[in-house]
Amino acid sequence: MVKRPFFGLGKPNLKYPVVEAQEQDTVKEIPVPDRVTLSLEDPYETDEELSVKIGDKVKIGQKLKLKEDDKAYVISSVTGTIAGISQYDGYLGKTYRTISIDTADKDKSDGQRLVLGNAGEFLGCLPGKPDFASFLDTQSTLNTIIINGVDKDLLIGINQLIVKTEFESLKSGIEYLRESTGASKIMMVVSPEVSSQAEKTGADVKVIKSVYPNALPEVIMKNILGTVVPIGKSCEEMGVGFISAEAVLAIADAITKEQIPVNKLMTVIKKDYTTVNVSARIGTHIKTILDALDIEMHHGDRLVLGGPMMGHAIYSEDVPVSWDTDAIMVQDKNQINLSSDSQCLNCGECVRACPAKIPINMLVRVLENGLYEDAAKEYDLLSCIECGLCSYVCTAHIPVFHYIMLGKYEFARIESMEETNV
Amino acid sequence: MFNQKLFVGSHAPYWHNGNSISGKSYHIMLAALPAVIFGIYQYGVPAVGVLALSMSCAMIWELIMNILMKRPVSIGDGNAAVIGLLLGMLLPATTPWWAVIVGTFVAVVVGKQIFGGMGCNPLNPTLVSIAIIMLSWKSLMDFNATLVNYDFDFNMIYPLAAVKGFGASAVADYTTRGLLMGQQSGGIGATFGLGLIIGGLYLMLRGYIRWEISLSFLAGVFVTALLFNVSNPDKYADPVFHLLTGYTLIGAFFLATEDSSSPVNFIPMIIYGAFAGILTVLIRNIGAFVDGVVFAILIMNIANPLLDKIRPKAMGRGTKYA
Repeated sequence: MVKRPFFGLGKPNLKYPVVEAQEQDTVKEIPVPDRVTLSLEDPYETDEELSVKIGDKVKIGQKLKLKEDDKAYVISSVTGTIAGISQYDGYLGKTYRTISIDTADKDKSDGQRLVLGNAGEFLGCLPGKPDFASFLDTQSTLNTIIINGVDKDLLIGINQLIVKTEFESLKSGIEYLRESTGASKIMMVVSPEVSSQAEKTGADVKVIKSVYPNALPEVIMKNILGTVVPIGKSCEEMGVGFISAEAVLAIADAITKEQIPVNKLMTVIKKDYTTVNVSARIGTHIKTILDALDIEMHHGDRLVLGGPMMGHAIYSEDVPVSWDTDAIMVQDKNQINLSSDSQCLNCGECVRACPAKIPINMLVRVLENGLYEDAAKEYDLLSCIECGLCSYVCTAHIPVFHYIMLGKYEFARIESMEETNV
Repeated sequence: MFNQKLFVGSHAPYWHNGNSISGKSYHIMLAALPAVIFGIYQYGVPAVGVLALSMSCAMIWELIMNILMKRPVSIGDGNAAVIGLLLGMLLPATTPWWAVIVGTFVAVVVGKQIFGGMGCNPLNPTLVSIAIIMLSWKSLMDFNATLVNYDFDFNMIYPLAAVKGFGASAVADYTTRGLLMGQQSGGIGATFGLGLIIGGLYLMLRGYIRWEISLSFLAGVFVTALLFNVSNPDKYADPVFHLLTGYTLIGAFFLATEDSSSPVNFIPMIIYGAFAGILTVLIRNIGAFVDGVVFAILIMNIANPLLDKIRPKAMGRGTKYA
């Protein structure tokens, strides 16, 4: 864990990791598991009339949809039989339908070759970019695409590793992006260590200081493009699309090698903060990966999907790897820091740490009392870019980030209720 | 169900930089130690008595309030101990026991707990208490009277009282070096300039107090005192004298920087510190009181919520400043 420095005059200085050259061989392949679980956002309430059923045979690369005319789909990452379909409540009240598939023929691991007539049809979900379909839809509005060669969260090194080692392949992916989306500018954001490799990809390379949270989309927009995203707008509405280097590599592989992307590269952060990069089928259960790395988890430990600043803690090992799982972090019982319910001291650490300049000392008082509308209108709740630095530095150990996310969720609910009432 | 492995769920982030309330309190007490030890060395056992009684009473009042208000016991965070220690440092060594008990009651109960505890107090608790003692029992805070039985090898007239009554010539024999080394009468922990500066530098560099507030406070005192001094050098003492006497240094490093009653944004911190410094010298030179630090900081405490409205526009909002 990164503690506060001895001298504490400035902001927290959390550096992104630097990938060493020899790490390129150390991506550990996780074998194809017996069962994978895929999840799909689920707008339906009942199981009836779903187009996927238990017992259906599926092939690798096949599109699975909940209903025949749905736009959203998930690509099966193995060949096998559907063994179960269930519902799952995710972060911020989103509901998902999970589809478990028993793998039929594990040895035929490279049976994933499919001749693609139109690659775009199968690229709706990419590793590292689950909503790539929206990119292809909005082709007229996107004028800049920024390829993120730095991982958003700390201790994760997959995008940097890809830029460092796969710059040849990235080139063809970038060309595909240019053709299919019609974006006039394609930029790549990298840390100084890999800028020479990034230059070879043909993208417009921008070097950023590798300090958290410089790799978050809103911060990149501000620092690189000089435009601030106004409240209530997304980067895409501003004509800027973000995609990770991993997703670009997946596109390149799909075109040149005719492989449908079904593997996800991840960084596993162990209890002693050492990291291993692994590659696994999407849908592989976390337990399989942890077992393959000989990481033992005990009751009361913490398991996080994602990095230390922005990940989501989960309560069980039987959760699958998803398209956007960049990291798996495990923490031992005694490494867990608990929040407290003490009041804000007004020390101002959060205010100085906040990259969005939110008056958090005031905001947290308002949020603690459930005044979500005041929070949004007067104390800049919606400016938050969700980096988590406020909780990281909080002297009183207040779960500030948690309060903010709850506030955003509740405020959105209030807004939508008001709209329906009108 | 019994064998099922369940993991601890919580919201991101999963790291913390290790800041804590108790850590902060202990560092403040640590930084105050040089001045406290010097005070004990100078004034002997009575000073130990005042400091010990003040700290312990502050903690006991906190505990009593915790129990009465059915709140979790919070004496472990060290904040009550800090309040007690600072109050003891401001008092003269001969303060009677009942005044210390009343003083800590005012500080912890009236100054802090009735507002809801740490972080909710609009005024610095220590200063509320010392202000009430100053107004209620004037003789207790008259350092010339209370320290009359002490005789050291330096001028034992309280320097600020001397300059107020007799003009700058009365304090001509105070050297900067002597004031830094604590050769002046005053509160137990408020006279050793060098020790306070070392403690203040430590806290500023470690980030436990804000340098903006401390330095702008000192700058405010210096500039205002300089202007007075230039206008009438016979009547008003020089700025360095004002920096090193009375409560100026302890005020700059330990009192004005109290979290809950001071602003958090850059410009407000500068305004807060500078105005507190200016008011200090105004009260000292043309006001009724001998030392102005207490009331100057209290007045700026009241202005704090208003000052903190000056803040940068958050990302995604229109213009840069409100």
